[in-house]
Formats: sequence, structure tokens, C-alpha cells
Amino acid sequence: MHELSIAQNIIEIVEENARIHKLSSVSEVDIELGTMSGVVPEVLEFSLKIAVKDTLLEKARICFQIIQAVARCNKCLKEFIPEDIYTQCPYCEGVYFDIIRGRELQVKSIKVDEF
Amino acid sequence: MCENCGCGQPDDGITMKKPGHENHDYHEHTHTHIDSDGHEYAHAHEDGHSHEHEHGHSKEILIGQDIMFKNNMLAERNRGYFDAKKIFALNLVSSPGSGKTSLLEKTITDMKNMVTFFVIEGDQQTMNDANRIDATGVPVIQINTGNACHLDAGMIAKAVKMLEVSDSAVLFIENVGNLVCPSLFDLGEAKRVVVISVTEGEDKPIKYPNMFASSDLCIINKTDLLPYVDFSIPKTKEYALRVNHHLEFIELSVKTGEGMDKWYEWIKVKSEE
Repeated sequence: MHELSIAQNIIEIVEENARIHKLSSVSEVDIELGTMSGVVPEVLEFSLKIAVKDTLLEKARICFQIIQAVARCNKCLKEFIPEDIYTQCPYCEGVYFDIIRGRELQVKSIKVDEF
Repeated sequence: MCENCGCGQPDDGITMKKPGHENHDYHEHTHTHIDSDGHEYAHAHEDGHSHEHEHGHSKEILIGQDIMFKNNMLAERNRGYFDAKKIFALNLVSSPGSGKTSLLEKTITDMKNMVTFFVIEGDQQTMNDANRIDATGVPVIQINTGNACHLDAGMIAKAVKMLEVSDSAVLFIENVGNLVCPSLFDLGEAKRVVVISVTEGEDKPIKYPNMFASSDLCIINKTDLLPYVDFSIPKTKEYALRVNHHLEFIELSVKTGEGMDKWYEWIKVKSEE
């Protein structure tokens, strides 16, 4: 299940940035996840719960910002929301399109509580 | 405890072995330890992305880092290495049992007098596939991923060094049999080849779209079995083109040899591009 490697990558990115900013704890991690990124949010969340044990992120809130996929039809060039990767353009019923948004998979930001 | 080096890692860490060298394996552990050899990678904020905002009682630090950045960066490094040494690297992906290893055995046997081959095999366990390739006489390394379900660019970088791949060679990377996870992991290959056999069901491309969307060539194998299965090649191609309209197709049978000449021609043409 590759969500576990992705969880480990997230932890590495956050820990690297925490080192740079000299943070001893992280209260929130904001992750941008496209609906066509190939990653299932629930599985990633589950993997993170396991992977964060004994790391700087152990007590952090994990927040997902889901980015809806947008496709552009190769025939009429209009943009639409694809139901899945096997779909038709609702304007011209063209079957070939490019995904222009929705493959994102990034650590957007982290938050630290201050007292 | 790992019985090879006594460290605290379980025995299901990643290993890389050449056939006949089972006792002298390079031992790699889980992903979180992969940097212990001082493998360099760019800091997250190298382009000035990371900066701070104050928000009342909590401070937000913007990062904007692609989660796959590290693998993608290692993949590009591999790609640069292959370009410089004129190595033509192919990443073969498929379900288990589509015939990838048999395809490589036959290709190597038929072409080894004209082409220098190197092979990297990926499986969770066993040296079985590497041993089959070893029998053809070409250099091969077996990566056993343990519990991991895909190969990644870091593993390939290490395996390529162990293999000492020579200039102008063709490097076959046979990925772990899995139509899901390997699609996310760029290995630095020149081309990705997805193999599907006629015994698998013609709607494979739409059931596993990410793999077909990320591939360059689709090989339809076991065409000799077409009279015995309900498989429509035109339908499969139609499904596959819907998820990737750039996909090329080659139909062949490793068993009878039918269509193999088209595959050999494709390798020859693409390696010279």
C-alpha cells in the first residue's frame, strides 16, 4: 500500500522544515490532495496515524484540502469536472481530454501553537 | 532483529542481490532510513517557498512541497545518468502473471547478440525472476521489497551502481507485479511499458486507469490464447485510449513468437530517439 510511503515522505518534509525553523513541535499539517492524485485520503490518514508515532507530528492535526480534478476537452477546449478518468465531455461528448488540475499531492503548510 | 547486521530493523527490509550472492547482499531498510548514507537532496525551501505568518496563537509556515519531490528528484537524477551514458531504460509494469519475465527472457535470448542488456528485477520475495534472467547470461539484480509494493527511484539508483550498467546498454526494470502503486513512482525510465494479457479482462485499462495513463506502450500478451477467452483487442484498445490517447500498442505472444518482431523494432527505434 503506497500510502504508507507517502505518509513517511510527509513526515520527512515536515521534520526537515521544523529543523530549519527550529520547532520542537507541530500542531497542524495541511496537505493538498487532488482527487486524481492516486492517493485515497482515508487510507493516507490511517497510514499517517501509524507513521507519526514517536515523531514531531505525533500530536499534530492532519488537515486535507481536497482539490477537485478539472479536465479540458481536447476537441472543444472547454473545461469540466470529470466523474472519473473514463468520462465524456459534457459539451461535445468528446472522449479525449487532459487533466489540468487534480493531481496535486503536497504539504501546503504547517502550524505551530504559540503560548 | 535483522539477522544480517544485527540492527533493530525486521528482516522484511529492502534487499538487493545478484544471483549466487545471497550471503553478500546490500542491505537496505525501510524508507525512513534510506538517507543514512548521506544521500543529498535539496532543502524544501530552496526556492524561498517556506516563510512564516503570525496568526494569533498559532504560527503558520508555508511549505508548498510536493510530497513526491524526493522520488521525482532522484528519478530525474537517474534520467540524467541514463542520458549521459546512453542507457535506454524501460520500466515494465503489470499485474502479476501477465508474462513480463517470460517476455524479457525471450527478448534477451533473441537479441543479446546485437544488444547489451542489464536487468533489475523487483518482487516482494524470492530470487526466482532474477535466476531466470541469470540463466540467459545477462547481468541482473533482484530487489526484494519485503512489504513494499513498488520500486522507487532510490532503489533503482542503488541497483544501477551495483550492476555497473555499461554505456549504450538497454536496461529492463521489471517492477513489482501490481497495477496500482508503481504508477506513482517515476524511476527515471525513458519509457514505461504496461503489459496486459488476454486472460485478464478487456476492461483492465479503465479499472486501473492511473497505470495506463502513465505508460507509453501497452503490450497485449498471450494472443495465442485468444480462441479460448472472451477478450476483444479492439475494445481493450478503446478503453486504454480513453485513459491515455497517446498510448501505443503491440500485440504479441511470447509463447509462439508472433508479434515479437514489432516489439524488437520498437526497442530499436525508441532507443535511438
